[in-house]
Amino acid sequence: MELLFEKSKEGRSCTILPACDVPVTAVEAGAARQTPLTLPELSENDLSRHYSELERRAHGVNNGFYPLGSCTMKYNPRVNESVAALPGFTNIHPLQPDESAQGCLEALYLADKYLCGITGMDDMTFQPAAGAHGELTGVMLIKKYHEKRGDTGRIKIIVPDSAHGTNPATAAMCGMSVVNIPSGPDGCVDLEKLRAAVGDDTAGFMLTNPNTLGIFEKNILDITRIIHDAGGLNYYDGANLNAIMGIVRPGDMGFDCVHLNLHKTFSTPHGGGGPGSGAVGCKKLLSPYLPVPRVRLKEEAGKYKYYQEYDFPDSIGKVKAFSGNFLVTLKALTYIITLGREGIPEAAQNSVLNANYLMKLLSKRYKVVNDGFCMHEFVLTLQNEAKEYGFTAMDIAKALLDHGIHPPTMYFPLIVPEALMVEPTETESKETLDKAAEIFLEIYDQAIENPEGIHGLPKTTPIGRPDEVRAARSPVLRA
Amino acid sequence: MGHYLSSTQSQRREMLDALGIDSMEELYSSVPRELITKNGFELPEGKSELEVDRLMRNMAGKNTQFSAVFRGAGAYSHYIPAIVGTVVSKETFLTAYTPYQAEISQGVLQAIFEYQSMICRLTGMDVSNASVYDGASATAEAVAMCRDKRRSKVIISSAAHPEVIETIKTYCWAAGAAVELAPSNNGATDLAALESMIDDKTACVHIQQPNYFGIIEDCERAGQIAHASGAKFIMGINPIAAAILKTPGECAADIAVGEGQPLGMPLSYGGPYLGFMAANSSMMRKLPGRIVGETVDTDGNRAYVLTLQAREQHIRREKASSNICSNQALCAMTAAVYMAAMGPEGMKNAAIQCMSKAHYLASRLEEIKMPLKYGGQFFHEFVTACPDDVDAKRLIECLGADHGILGGLPIEDNCILWCCTEMNTKEEIDRLINVLAENLAEKGGRG
Amino acid sequence: MNNPTNLKYSKTHEWVAFSDGSTARIGLTDHAQQALGDIVFANLPQEGDSVNIGEAFGDVESVKAVSDIYSPVTGTVAAVNESLSDEPGQINKTPYEAWLIEVSGITDTEDLLTVEEYEAFCREEA
Repeated sequence: MELLFEKSKEGRSCTILPACDVPVTAVEAGAARQTPLTLPELSENDLSRHYSELERRAHGVNNGFYPLGSCTMKYNPRVNESVAALPGFTNIHPLQPDESAQGCLEALYLADKYLCGITGMDDMTFQPAAGAHGELTGVMLIKKYHEKRGDTGRIKIIVPDSAHGTNPATAAMCGMSVVNIPSGPDGCVDLEKLRAAVGDDTAGFMLTNPNTLGIFEKNILDITRIIHDAGGLNYYDGANLNAIMGIVRPGDMGFDCVHLNLHKTFSTPHGGGGPGSGAVGCKKLLSPYLPVPRVRLKEEAGKYKYYQEYDFPDSIGKVKAFSGNFLVTLKALTYIITLGREGIPEAAQNSVLNANYLMKLLSKRYKVVNDGFCMHEFVLTLQNEAKEYGFTAMDIAKALLDHGIHPPTMYFPLIVPEALMVEPTETESKETLDKAAEIFLEIYDQAIENPEGIHGLPKTTPIGRPDEVRAARSPVLRA
Repeated sequence: MGHYLSSTQSQRREMLDALGIDSMEELYSSVPRELITKNGFELPEGKSELEVDRLMRNMAGKNTQFSAVFRGAGAYSHYIPAIVGTVVSKETFLTAYTPYQAEISQGVLQAIFEYQSMICRLTGMDVSNASVYDGASATAEAVAMCRDKRRSKVIISSAAHPEVIETIKTYCWAAGAAVELAPSNNGATDLAALESMIDDKTACVHIQQPNYFGIIEDCERAGQIAHASGAKFIMGINPIAAAILKTPGECAADIAVGEGQPLGMPLSYGGPYLGFMAANSSMMRKLPGRIVGETVDTDGNRAYVLTLQAREQHIRREKASSNICSNQALCAMTAAVYMAAMGPEGMKNAAIQCMSKAHYLASRLEEIKMPLKYGGQFFHEFVTACPDDVDAKRLIECLGADHGILGGLPIEDNCILWCCTEMNTKEEIDRLINVLAENLAEKGGRG
Repeated sequence: MNNPTNLKYSKTHEWVAFSDGSTARIGLTDHAQQALGDIVFANLPQEGDSVNIGEAFGDVESVKAVSDIYSPVTGTVAAVNESLSDEPGQINKTPYEAWLIEVSGITDTEDLLTVEEYEAFCREEA
């Protein structure tokens, strides 16, 4: 398929703007651009066809089952989109006076209130634009907390070895380093190892619960207490909140701050890699350090008005301009309002039901890492199959592509060799799960019979396996 | 209550039976009883779609949509071609995940590759990443790219957007790096002062072009000063202005960053926006975030893939220069469609109109005794001083309350930061002047 | 591939070729390149940088991983193999010819293994 640049024809164009209705001012010669601007020259018909063809070569939740572990690819409600497209929201300038943006401020205020309720936190910020951004903000809050107490020796963040790769990178961005503690044989945090790892240099501990193996850390109260006793704070990575939202609150588990992935748990679309939103919530002890501005409610002449407050002298400042990805926050709010107090836990329960049902079906052939029930996701390992038959997690994933199913997450968590992490989410029907299981099992049996055959897959997708070594050795990053 | 579950009650019953349990609660048997919350989480009852639509429309109705916008300051009101909205609301682009499985993600990967290519051409740089969260955080990330063991001091122009400065300060505080602000003079960065501040510990110098006050800076000279001391030069640019102003490439910048919102994203009360980052080839491996590269597949067909992943956090972990995982993919696609729809002539035309209309407004404001505060050349934003007996904030308030006009942003010293884009017609500008003139005549807008 | 008998080896899978008592070239062993897979880039220090025993002086990237390279000596980088920036794959194809850095002014060397000791070490590790 051609690039836009290859379809370009000199002199072709759309007619978007009228002529200038005021005298033209030119840039003075010394400041003017010298190299001509070369962008594709196309008609609108060209553009329309180009992007339609690109759409056919992509795969969204609308195209089929998307069981990506830790990504929560649930259905993205269309009413969220129509609300976020209302001109009454899209036409609002972030710096227009607070009195003229009461709708936007109300949305932020309500989202704050509802998400604090769901997470058991006291205050929220919607400024971070993604999970990693939220994590950075959370660690900054913890850093500031210790700084304000004059305790500058706390430079270690403890994480379990099953954690996401962002954790060490985030710690490094905050001048801290990471202490990895190995998980116990059940995949959960080893309390003895945790006790040995804490000390005067412990700034905090980062955990997701359920953990990345899809198991609920039943010792969570002990874990968070150990950290608090050592003078550290507990940070909750909200990537796996979908299993417990409306049922268990991170605040009750002993966490002092959380980040949420609104584009996972709260149904906002992934957009091919963004925009998302990494809202961060915290308990009162960290509230003074949240980024500015924060939305407040005041009474004026018998009426309630929302306004933005900037006067927080201990705030960490800003992690992004304005108030974050507002339309994404709005979509999440719309979702929470739709589901409400019964719909939120119902969604969580059904995500766990679907995961356990699918896990049971797949366990006919596949080795599941944990015993007993899982939460909203589970991990398979192809370690034995790789040794005995010569096919890997990657091979299973590529074979699924030919069946229109997006593969599960591959090779994560790092502590499980040849891992496939499966998360169906609550929005899939029983028959989708039955059909998917059939395909997973069929692929497995075919691979056992003919391991060579699976290496050449996929065959029916727009391209075959790409040469990633060539892409990295000889980078071609633009046309 | 509202829900998006597909399985029926009886199907859920079947699944519970298959698992050998009676109720959903049993699935949570590994959770300590005391953690299961009894209360309703302070959420209201769920709603049907019709009720949600009504409620949210009501909420949107509490915002004022101004009929004419003369305010920029980091968020700009531009015309968005209709094709842009059509493309980015395609369901597959909207709901797809990050394109890690290249075989079924060529559509998204190619769209991002095209975006990267366009950003390179717009900025005159060699390589672009797939985007980051916004202009402010992009600038903070660019600063981090330049710091190393030997050079950790960072110099930012005080004429940059205050929120960009604030964000850089926050990121640098977290990393333990010093930030110094180069002073401004007559609305532009004081290059003589910059020269005296810079030393061999300076990692980078950042200038915004045009700057917060709308002034066109002498970036070539700023870059020379930076390089003479071995520091890197970061230019934060406006992507519309880039069509007619000297590019970062032409100014020998090491890194170009900026806020991509003007490229087809609505104002949206501040987000989602788009941070673009482009660099010269020697800094390629320091760029954070995702990058799409071209390669071939097993049959030799051209293919696109996320590449140079060893830069990124999931591989390099604590040695990564950033923890960023995601890009603003759909916003990057928005920018690409916008630039393709406008084409090179449309982009130039938009820039010329922005600049021309701003100059027209400035000359008319001068007629009513609101002259330019600064003397330098400006693009589409400029600052006017108010007469002493006029309160800038009140003046702007009247415009909004009584006339549906969002006037310029009141800033310090009783000044106003105005902005014009191709959206402001001559009639609109003339009407603004008439309203202002009336207000000024009535004892300086106090009333 | 046969590991050359005239080289010394470290337990972190580097080889060392001394040209005299205070100058040596350092590279990665065949075992290392196999474990890393196709190498796409080598991050190496600059001439004049100092290297210290047991500390990482650079890293190699494959598509999905990054691995530190450790220095078995203390000294100063006298030369860097520039050809690796165009063709990092040489490390995979000819690991014992694709030297990474040359170090001079060596003041300290860790206990290195002979080829037999190294091969035994690799067998134990497996």
